[in-house]
Amino acid sequence: MPADFISSLFVFILAAFLGIELIKRVSPLLHTPLMSLTNALDAIVLVAAIIIAGRHETRLSTILGLIAVAASFSNMVGGFVITDRMLGMFKTGKAAKKS
Amino acid sequence: MTPADIQQLIDVTYITAAIGFILAIKWLSSPVSAMRGVLIGEIASAIAVTATLFDPQVSQYKWIIITLIIGAAVGVPLGMVKMTAVPQRTALSHAFGALSAALIGIAEYYVAAPNVPKFEMAEIGLEVIIGSLTFTGSIIAAGKLQEWLPQRPITYKGQNYVSLTVLGAALALMIALVVHPEYTQLFPIMIGVALIFGIMLVTPIGGADMPTVISLLNSYAGFSAALLGFVLSNKVLIVAGALDGASGFILSVIMCKAMNRSFTNVLFGAFGQVQPKAAGAKEERPVKSASPEDAAAILAAANKVVIVPGYGMAVAQAQHKVRELYDILTKKGIDVRFGIHPVAGRMPGHMNVLLAEADIPYDRLMEMDDINGDLPQTDVALVIGANDVTNPAARSDQSSPIFGMPIIDVDKARTVMVIKRSMAAGFAGIDNPLYYLDNTLMLFGDAKKFVSEIVQQLSGNH
Repeated sequence: MPADFISSLFVFILAAFLGIELIKRVSPLLHTPLMSLTNALDAIVLVAAIIIAGRHETRLSTILGLIAVAASFSNMVGGFVITDRMLGMFKTGKAAKKS
Repeated sequence: MTPADIQQLIDVTYITAAIGFILAIKWLSSPVSAMRGVLIGEIASAIAVTATLFDPQVSQYKWIIITLIIGAAVGVPLGMVKMTAVPQRTALSHAFGALSAALIGIAEYYVAAPNVPKFEMAEIGLEVIIGSLTFTGSIIAAGKLQEWLPQRPITYKGQNYVSLTVLGAALALMIALVVHPEYTQLFPIMIGVALIFGIMLVTPIGGADMPTVISLLNSYAGFSAALLGFVLSNKVLIVAGALDGASGFILSVIMCKAMNRSFTNVLFGAFGQVQPKAAGAKEERPVKSASPEDAAAILAAANKVVIVPGYGMAVAQAQHKVRELYDILTKKGIDVRFGIHPVAGRMPGHMNVLLAEADIPYDRLMEMDDINGDLPQTDVALVIGANDVTNPAARSDQSSPIFGMPIIDVDKARTVMVIKRSMAAGFAGIDNPLYYLDNTLMLFGDAKKFVSEIVQQLSGNH
């Protein structure tokens, strides 16, 4: 078992527990924006895609990496745009009257 | 700076990004701080991505920039879709996320093959299997939500055994690769089998179960990203993937509870099939119906009104008319609130977004558990485009397929009004005894048209 695995597992378990505690507190009102936001955050796989594509090891790995760059960046951009739009719609009674 | 310095600096930006991601979700807990959450998420992602572009391993920029532009060109329109289309957009983004994770895993494999150490092979194999099945599964889910594919469950005899065998085959191929890394030709077969399993996983699941399925796929997409983090020893991927995976998991549990069903039941039960019993013996029972004038008069005389919207309201595009109704009743001093069932809509929280889009203040949107206590003191419960989530048989009739499902107790209100096209059964094909109660009035017609007629009546009375 590589040494990296244990430290990765450590991070994973802490993040998963923290995630469960945080997400339980998200109001059901915002469950759709929650899903689109976590989707956008998950698109951080883009950093791995950039490295695979930029390393130019084999033609295949470069092409697969570039497809991954496009797919994950579209998730990142689209996820943030739609979460922003949705949250902008949530107004209280007072704010709705002002606008 | 030496390459090692740059590497360290990049690692620092990854830690910063991980903190930003955690704060983003923390601030999403309330609509007041949610916008700040998105902003910190955006900043965190931008920092990590920018730093990665300076990674000394990256030697070629031209194509990366071109593909980034393509990604933005696809992503922005997908972020601008209509609110009713958000579920299929979300399913599609699960597909994209899983696709990127799977492709990176595949690229890593072929760079190292055939000399892949056993442990790494197991990590890559698992990651690519989950990524691939999530990709095809999410495409099928998006197709069903967009109604390009039939929404009804497609099933055949022995289906569950066939599906499980296919999943078993993918795992067996992965194990074979761990034991014999020199058989590189098994790798593409494993991917193909996992892709097929994803199709088989979602095809039999009906439209009514989409909120659960979309949450499960969200969870899988997150875990495939986290597994990729294990493969690459990239901690920011592990954190983002774990948060996404945990989020999808919790949402699927909430959705399952809201339908009183277990995970296995959703995945293997093929809910929403025609109930042969219900179709056979159908007695004609009397229902009371009312005109828009009657409905307007009853609403005008009420003190407390609870509106229970279902997906039918969104299908009829009635939410803006409902807002007009809300405005006019509120002006008359009537207390109007909305009772939202967790599975109203096609994904978790969907109904709240649709109503917020129609400018209904979010402090008027009540969760099922909060509104149920108030319904006995409510004068009028107005059901628009919802059916099964108001079916009292879920409380009392043990033979009902939805027995045990938590419902909004509209039948406890003094008067119940149900806007419905006809007496046809709902999505799950189950008869609703609510319609035959003494205190129920049926308002037959198109939701949008009927609500606007009520609004006309109410404004005319002034």
